[in-house]
Amino acid sequence: MNAPAPKAAMLSEAAARAFAREIAKYPPEGKASAVIACLAVLQEEHGFISQESEELVAEALDMPVIAVHEVTTFYNMFNQVPVGRVKLNVCTNLPCQLRGGQHALEHLCASLGVAEGGTTVDRAFTVQKAECLGACADAPVVLVNDRQMVSFMNDARLDELVAVLREANPARPA
Amino acid sequence: MNARVDLSRFQATGLETCFHGRHIQPQIYAGLDGKNWRLKDYEARGGYRAWRKILEQGEGRGMTPEQVIAEVKASSLRGRGGAGFPTGLKWSFMPRQFPGAKYLVCNSDEGEPGTCKDRDLLMFNPHIVIEGMAIAAYAMGVNVAYNYIHGEIFEVYERFEEALEEARAAGYLGDAILGSKWNFQLHACHGFGAYICGEETALLESLEGKKGQPRFKPPFPASYGLYGKPTTVNNTETFAAVPWIIVNGGQAYLDIGKPNNGGTKIFSVVGDVQKPGNYEVPLGTPFTKLLELAGGVPEGRTLKAVIPGGSSAPVLPASIMNELTMDYDAIAKAGSMLGSGAVIVMDDSRSMVHSLLRLSYFYMHESCGQCTPCREGTGWLYRMVERIANGQGRMQDIDLLNSVSDNIQGRTICALGDAAAMPVRAMIKHFKDEFVALIEKNAAPVHAGKIGPADSINPALTAAAATLQYGMATRAAASPEHRQAVKP
Repeated sequence: MNAPAPKAAMLSEAAARAFAREIAKYPPEGKASAVIACLAVLQEEHGFISQESEELVAEALDMPVIAVHEVTTFYNMFNQVPVGRVKLNVCTNLPCQLRGGQHALEHLCASLGVAEGGTTVDRAFTVQKAECLGACADAPVVLVNDRQMVSFMNDARLDELVAVLREANPARPA
Repeated sequence: MNARVDLSRFQATGLETCFHGRHIQPQIYAGLDGKNWRLKDYEARGGYRAWRKILEQGEGRGMTPEQVIAEVKASSLRGRGGAGFPTGLKWSFMPRQFPGAKYLVCNSDEGEPGTCKDRDLLMFNPHIVIEGMAIAAYAMGVNVAYNYIHGEIFEVYERFEEALEEARAAGYLGDAILGSKWNFQLHACHGFGAYICGEETALLESLEGKKGQPRFKPPFPASYGLYGKPTTVNNTETFAAVPWIIVNGGQAYLDIGKPNNGGTKIFSVVGDVQKPGNYEVPLGTPFTKLLELAGGVPEGRTLKAVIPGGSSAPVLPASIMNELTMDYDAIAKAGSMLGSGAVIVMDDSRSMVHSLLRLSYFYMHESCGQCTPCREGTGWLYRMVERIANGQGRMQDIDLLNSVSDNIQGRTICALGDAAAMPVRAMIKHFKDEFVALIEKNAAPVHAGKIGPADSINPALTAAAATLQYGMATRAAASPEHRQAVKP
């Protein structure tokens, strides 16, 4: 029986570079410190954290897989299941709620035809409510795919945002 | 996932929140316009002068670590992250002669609802934080430092990384800095959505690559911190205050504020104001002045209540706020806290019960699950506030809310339990009549475990609570797929 192929071979080149850059920040015995950053890199590539991704990170950082899984399940922004091609997180915490954060969430859900936390049928959008994104003075705020924060999102701007994102992420044939 | 799309036309420029020109004697935000964040701009504003002054070589030049700490002590600079602990004193706790690794950590995990000051600071003036951290590390004999940045503001993390590259290339970081024998490495890292990681020991756990569950103190980080080594954790804004103090002297800094409350403070004024944003003003500025800078409450409305220091701080009614000056001691004396400097303003159209409902949901969601009083208690608080908000409360619930709060406060490893309990007690203390009014027109009372009809403010809250009601009030239970599972 052949030994399983080393997992590192499955990392994309870009991911491997990003892993190396993150690991270099910490002392050798503190390699595990890079776990959040490495998982975030794989989430950006694959859209969610699969068990396979957790195994890759575990191997790269000399961690037990369960320790990586603990991190995936603890931090809110990791997608434990596949989400739409665009994930929209709307802050509804009190300071945002006072400036229409809850309304922004409801408007997005209504215009995309999803319940909060749900994904559109064409898998283009997932809409989730979020806890404080740290941009309270810009409310309502939406975080796009964990990376880009958009601000002052009234209904018109939300509709425009959806249109821009839809154009950039055309539905794929099944 | 897809490549990033250009969303710049939807993104904040800082114009509304930072470059509005309505600061008073700004030091940290002074002269910023959103484009001048690079090293050469910072140097043109006098940046890295303090760092050069400290490392200057030659007889009678430069500053010793003791001199740096003495200057910071003289300034009365207090921690800007929430606790307000004297910074110079904290630095003096570090065992400078301890052999082996020691660490310095910047807490930029800015997730306290209401606060967005460090985001603007790191985005538009990153080098001031780098310089402040370099000085602090020198004062404490630390050679390696990390800046842990809130995962939700990823673009700020990328900006900070870019600034670090500039500082390294210019020789302000690295080995044998500016011709001295001093070595200092600074790295950026990021979280990924966990409010609790703003607590310093949870942050250290997270930085070690674990879930962010706070550590029991003592031992304090100064003796057992990152990787078990002596560590000091300070807030971003605290570091940003340091270069000015070194250049102008501790006494000058103190003179800007008021005794025991030195310097300027950035307040994030949010909620029901016409011009929400960050305002850098001297400590001791009257609240009414700060509110005026932020444009006051919306036309036709009157001020009802203010949470003066981030969502964890007890709420204060307008009558008390209007008499207050914005500094650590005055706000503490009034029964609240200056905290992180987030000023959440609420006008007379707001229901205090519904405001509390959203905060209680937040603390339930963000409890790390480690301590039973917090893990269970935050859920109890939320469910009781929820049934009162839905008109199904009982008069005893008010006492019960206080009792549960009492049993959380002071009985947990970290301050999240206190942060969940304090808003409840303060809301009841100052706005009890609103709770009573909702209870008096109630429908049939229900048990705390039962979920009432869909909450008018947020049906999703009710759905989330349904998953939590049988004692599974953990983060995992509140995860999206569980929420999904209870959806009709």
